[in-house]
Order: sequence, then C-alpha cells, then structure tokens
Amino acid sequence: MLLSMDRELLHIIGVTLRMSFFSTLISCTLGITLGVLIGQKSFKGKRTVNKITGTLMGLPPVVAGLIVYMLFTRYGVFGELKLLFTVEVMVIAQCLLITPVVINLTQSVISSNAAIIRETAVGLNFTAAKRLRLLLNENRQALLSVVLNAFGRSIAEVGAVSLVGGNIQWKTRVMTTAIMLETNKGNFSFALALGIILLVISLIVNIIANLLVKEEKR
Amino acid sequence: MKKLLAVLLALTMLFAFAACGGEKTNTDLPEQTTGAADDGTTVKTPANPTIRISTTTSVNDSGLLPYLLPAFEKATGYTVEVQSAGTGAAIQKAKDGNADLILVHAKASEEEFVNEGYGVERIPFMYNYFVIVGPADDPAGIKDCENAAEAFAKIADAEESFISRGDESGTHKAELKIWGEDVPDAEADKWYINAGKGMGACLSMADQMKGYCLTDKATFLSMKDELGLEILLEKGEDMKNTYSLIECNPEKLADINTEGAKAFIEWMTGDDASALIAEYGKEQYGAALFYLLEE
Repeated sequence: MLLSMDRELLHIIGVTLRMSFFSTLISCTLGITLGVLIGQKSFKGKRTVNKITGTLMGLPPVVAGLIVYMLFTRYGVFGELKLLFTVEVMVIAQCLLITPVVINLTQSVISSNAAIIRETAVGLNFTAAKRLRLLLNENRQALLSVVLNAFGRSIAEVGAVSLVGGNIQWKTRVMTTAIMLETNKGNFSFALALGIILLVISLIVNIIANLLVKEEKR
Repeated sequence: MKKLLAVLLALTMLFAFAACGGEKTNTDLPEQTTGAADDGTTVKTPANPTIRISTTTSVNDSGLLPYLLPAFEKATGYTVEVQSAGTGAAIQKAKDGNADLILVHAKASEEEFVNEGYGVERIPFMYNYFVIVGPADDPAGIKDCENAAEAFAKIADAEESFISRGDESGTHKAELKIWGEDVPDAEADKWYINAGKGMGACLSMADQMKGYCLTDKATFLSMKDELGLEILLEKGEDMKNTYSLIECNPEKLADINTEGAKAFIEWMTGDDASALIAEYGKEQYGAALFYLLEE
C-alpha cells in the first residue's frame, strides 16, 4: 500500500520537510536572537516578558491557525495577497506558534550561565563579538535542543496547518494532515504506517543535527 | 512526594472500582423502569440499553439525528451513542466492532459491507439530493444544466476551481461516480482541488477560492449565512443521495447490541420517525431536507 502511492508520498514528504525547514529556520532566527537578548540582560519587565512567552507556549495550534486564517481569508486584512492554502501561509502560522517557545527556552538557557560566561570573557579581555560567540558555543547543546524542539513541533503539528493549508493534494498536504485524512477514510493501519514514516524522518533529522553540532566542537 | 503518589494511586483505583461497580449494577438490574412517557405509560429500560451508531457527518452535523434521537430514546428507553465521521471511517469503525449499526450513504461500500458479512441487510429508507454550489455569478455557466455530469463537464472545460472532498466519504464517492471516467487528475489539473477534508471545510474553501463544490443540501444550508456561495444546480437525476441503515452482524462481530439495533431500525422506518423526518428543516429552511423512500 505504501509502495503504490510512492510518488505522492514523496511529494508529501517533500512539502513536509520544506515547511518544517522554513518554520524552524524563521522561528529560530527570530526566537534565538530575542531569547539571547532577553536572557543576557536583566531589565524591568523581564519577568512579564517571560510570562507572556510562557503563556504563548500553551497557544493551541488550532487557535494560531485560526488567527492566521482570519488575517489571510479573502475578506481579511491580508486577503489581497491570496496566500491562504499555500505552504507559505502554513509557515507563517507555525512561526506564530513556535517563535514564543524558542524565545522562552532560549532565554532560560542563556539566563542560567550568561553572567558567569560574561565574567570569564571580560577577564580574558574579549571583544563583544567574541563574547557572544563564547556564550553561544558554551550553550551549544542546549540551543540544539531548542532548535530540535522547534522542528519537532513544526513537523508534528496538524491543527494550524490543516486549517490554513487546507490539506490540498499535490500542494499543501503534509504528513500529519495525510495521517488525519487516512484516519478519516478509515484506513487506520495505513495512517499508522505514515506515522511511523514521520517518526523515522524525525529520527534522521535528529541524528544529522547532533552530528553537525559534534563536528563544530572539534 | 511518595505519600502524594500513594494517595493519587488509591484515588485512581477507587474510581476504577466505582466505574466497574456501576456497570455491574446496570447488568444486574436489566428490567429497571425509567420515568413515565408522555402518554402516561411507563417505558422499560431494555436489558442492554446502549446503542452505538456509526454515521456520517451529513446526518449528524446537519442536526437530523440530534432532532430524532430524543423521541426515540423516550419511546424505547434506549440511550444512543453517535459517532460521526466520513462514510469510509464510519464503516471502518463498524468493521472494527465499535458500532451496533451504521447509517450511511454510499451504496457500493454498503453492499460490500453486507457481502463481507459485517452487515445483516441494507435498508435504504430516506434520500435527498446533492446540490452543486458555487459563486453567484456562476463563471462556468452551469445553472441551466440538465444534470450534474453536464455541469461537471462545463466546470472542467472552463477550468474553474472545483473543490473535491477527497476523503472517500459518501459525498466524495458520489462525486467520483458523476465524473465517471473523466475524473480530473489533481496533480495535472490545478483547478481540481482535492481537499481531503470534511464538508464544512470544503465549503469554506470553495468560498475562499470562488470555486464549485458538490455538497449535501443540509450541510450547505446550515452554513449558508457564512458563505458567499449559491445553490446553482439541484435535483439532477444523478444527484440523488440515498441513506441506508445496516445492522451489524452479531455472527461476525463480538458484543453487538442486536436488539438495540433492530429496535432503532424499526423505529426509524416506522410512522413516528417518518413524520418527524418529513417535517425536518421546513421551519428553519422553508423546505424539507430529507425525504422518505416510498416502499
């Protein structure tokens, strides 16, 4: 059964990886930058910021999808862009969902040792750029976890992408929405097989990411 | 911490026992009487009072079952648990032994269900018509078509967006039957959108894309106010949509509430239900949504 839908399955995996890659890239670029900024500094309102990002970590995917749907619907603010039911809008919805998670986790990682690392760096008379590099390098493993967490949320997410992407065959169908569809069709065992494929993809991405971080260590 | 865990564990077990106990008493006292019915007679609670129905969204989400069930439950003392999904999943759930009967609308799948021994007998009992909805200005010009096949051909010629359920539901199967051999290829024909979603989501999508969609009338009417779509074609002879009841076969599947399923089918095909079905929708939409099959 899996073999018979080869070509379509490959397309679905392709869309899934494309979406998850860009969701992870954008949400981590934004989120880690902000998280590092917040984590290093102590300022008035830091707790409030953390409370907000912490709350947004519990944002239900369907709600994130709904917000993006309302914005991009034909009658919505960005309706003119005609982005609804595209991979682009799926990435936007996922970034809304994942960026707060990345900010919150990153700042918590950075907060835990920024002061000590800063002290060391100042003692060694490092420039600001070198100081930042040391900070990131020391937190490499933890930040990798943050990135993988973001990727995991993206690839496993169904509520938001189903709503704004529409699960359109040969266009916006991803692994999770395909699994949902097969379940709705009553093809339970096939749906389960797709779930296993999704896990294998996730495993491969995790292995590659870990290898990359190890390489850098040398 | 350990203490807390122990307390939690104890509580869980207590609940589990309570739940088991509850079930026991139910089976011990099968002939318990419930409250008086309207006409003053008392209705006996049947020995196995729960009926599980696996049905399609067009019957449940359109409000028909929620409208009928209270009357059935009052008249017979049964409690009905409704699971609604697309016809494909609805039938699969029954094949997995999770339903006592099915109420669906896909003839070929129903016959397969009976032939494979899962169902006892297919009992068609009511019908309505699929309708083709689309933007009010009708860019493909299907308004005056004789039937759905002709309308579909025009949509294909004009390459106007057409949203297909693509989920092996009864509506999807009906759509495929209308296309026949000319079913578009979703990969090559970009106007043919295989959404793989429920009726409501497909209608929203058709609204967004200003496309056409084949839908059951009940679901469309229940959403019409939120959609910029109109009914463009209805009552073509190839758009008839027949609903059937099938009792699950207790010889093939374990733990089927056969008496319950029989009672439900008897009631649904009887005079009380017929009168209710014929009235359904008249008040809200000005026309009945389901019609009874003449015997």
